[in-house]
Amino acid sequence: MDLLRFITAGSVDDGKSTLIGRLLYDSKNILIDQLEALEKSTKNRTDGSVDLALLTDGLRAEREQGITIDVAYRYFSTPKRKFIIADAPGHVQYTRNMITGASNASLIIILIDARQGVVEQTRRHSIIASLLRIKHVVVAVNKMDLVEFSQDVFNDIVIDYNQVAAQLGLKNITYIPMSALDGDNIVDKSERIAWYTGKPLLDFLEEVQLDDDVNLTDARFQVQFVIRPQTEELHDYRGYAGKVISGIYKKGDKVTVLPQGIDSTIASVEIAGEETGEVFAPQSAVLQLADDIDISRGDTIVKSDNRPQVSNELEVLLCWMDDKPLLTGNKYLLQHNSRVVRAIVKQVEYKIDVNTLQQQPVEGNVKLNEVVKATLKTAAPLVYDSYEKLSEYGSAILVDETSNSTVAAVLIK
Amino acid sequence: MNNSHHLNYLEQLESESIHIFREVAAQFEKPALLFSGGKDSITLVHLARKAFAPGRIPFPLVHIDTGHNFPEALDFRDAMASQLGATLVVRKVQDTIRQRSLTEPKGKFPSRNWLQTYTLLDTIEEFGFDCCIGGARRDEEKARAKERIFSVRDEFGQWNPKLQRPELWNIYNGKIHKGENVRVFPISNWTELDIWNYIRKENIDLPSIYFAHERKVIQHEGQLVAISEFVQPDEQDLVMTKKVRYRTVGDMTCTAAVESTAETLEEVINEIVATRISERGETRIDDKVTEAAMEDRKKNGYF
Repeated sequence: MDLLRFITAGSVDDGKSTLIGRLLYDSKNILIDQLEALEKSTKNRTDGSVDLALLTDGLRAEREQGITIDVAYRYFSTPKRKFIIADAPGHVQYTRNMITGASNASLIIILIDARQGVVEQTRRHSIIASLLRIKHVVVAVNKMDLVEFSQDVFNDIVIDYNQVAAQLGLKNITYIPMSALDGDNIVDKSERIAWYTGKPLLDFLEEVQLDDDVNLTDARFQVQFVIRPQTEELHDYRGYAGKVISGIYKKGDKVTVLPQGIDSTIASVEIAGEETGEVFAPQSAVLQLADDIDISRGDTIVKSDNRPQVSNELEVLLCWMDDKPLLTGNKYLLQHNSRVVRAIVKQVEYKIDVNTLQQQPVEGNVKLNEVVKATLKTAAPLVYDSYEKLSEYGSAILVDETSNSTVAAVLIK
Repeated sequence: MNNSHHLNYLEQLESESIHIFREVAAQFEKPALLFSGGKDSITLVHLARKAFAPGRIPFPLVHIDTGHNFPEALDFRDAMASQLGATLVVRKVQDTIRQRSLTEPKGKFPSRNWLQTYTLLDTIEEFGFDCCIGGARRDEEKARAKERIFSVRDEFGQWNPKLQRPELWNIYNGKIHKGENVRVFPISNWTELDIWNYIRKENIDLPSIYFAHERKVIQHEGQLVAISEFVQPDEQDLVMTKKVRYRTVGDMTCTAAVESTAETLEEVINEIVATRISERGETRIDDKVTEAAMEDRKKNGYF
């Protein structure tokens, strides 16, 4: 049994919460007392029906306002897979929450209301999917019951969306016509949409191929913590603990420590104190090297014949996430997994309109939810790959040193 | 792809949790692991041990003792700490009640659950802990579903759901101002069933009350509550001897038992797979008060 993390993008109006509620309900992942609590909340409503959407609204403030403010995580499983859903709000003012939810997702479900077709919000969600390079896209054409299950309506939407996808370079797109409210093509195949020959949503989620999503070629290992027991029997033990970001490491591999540029050999690879011979992504492991080198948190161990980039000037996309605007020339802390360096935002070149993908000049400061292309200069060299090549090693955050807030998502070019 | 380079869901969850533990050890000066004796915190300790092997767990275990614990859980706690060679700090709610002249909860099921917050905040101050690791899971409850893995609390220990930091990729920002504190939840993404499956896979020992045993109980609003020095039957109560197990281990005053014949791990897991009632719904007496009970407690500094 493996694990799939996905994000649902759309607003309450598209039936997003109903879709999640339906997935949980029809796959028997909602339990009786949760359903009772749901019925209790629904009693305050006028129409009397059980509202599956309420299952996903966590905070009282959200329930009172009938909106989703923050990313909520939902869990369900079937005999084939465990699923983690990042349920993110869809409106433009919550772009930062959507990016947060999308950052760990390997699949996105983009909801389209069959009556509306491809709208601005669809484009925005697709642009975020393409910026973050989410590997699998499901276009859920919902509310088919309100267009009489029309194949023509569905086909038109497919044609429209294909154009959007082509512009954005999105691949691996699957279209599913459905009605989340009635459960058509969610868990069970809909008899009312007999012309659709594909799988219902849950079958697709259970079967989509995930094996290729992990990069086992470019070996990257960043040190999180140095283990030095300093006990009598482990007097000289010095183990570098970290998560294998990508690739495979074996005992005997020739490696280089970056940014120092010092060569060594792997003396042992361990998991939980036991030698395993090899470790691979995304395992948490401990490496020991043959040579006594000064290595600390944030340093990277790579195979000597496959090197990442090392630079203190970075071309990046910044997704701005703070209420305070970005000021060019300001210093921030750049946190790249376990490495933290000071960085200056040297130049902001242009802004990307998240509704059209057009490049626009930046007038004034960069504000919350804006995505810009910028140049960063770091106080010490950063070891990285481009986000495009290896998203796990081409991503970082900016932290405001005065407020300690996370103010930007950084995608390295 | 070569199948030998593939992690199943439990291995992925384990790796993620170990990664979080190491971030805690590296980013904070004085972290502590909050240990309750329940299966989730036992799993946490197991993961922490794996994260730092062959070294020791580089922070103390802290138990906020309400005084209403199951004796089996306390014995287990002490045995585990001594076997690990870990530092165990115990602070008692009873002492906080006395020192701060707090009012003891009344009623038939006098839950000290939310008084724990006082003792916890005092303990954080006493030791200067800048980070407390806890075993909360997002699947437990609605308010938890929205909490970050690194959850920043102000100097009153309060959670502000509207001011949470974005948490992107696997990058955790633990930067705080003096007096603030971070609660870290390494098993956020695990479900109840994941925990049980992991306990089976790793052969983790649990206190005996997780397995079916005979106990004197009364019935309260459909739930079975054990008779103990803290919970005494009324005249109307029918005292029964039933075969029960506990699905969660909290205070004796606010944790209900489940009727069960499951004496082995395998049998317990089978019963949990078959149940149609959630963990909190079946076993917690204190969550039923209001729909937003947990949201309110968290805002006030609760775990």
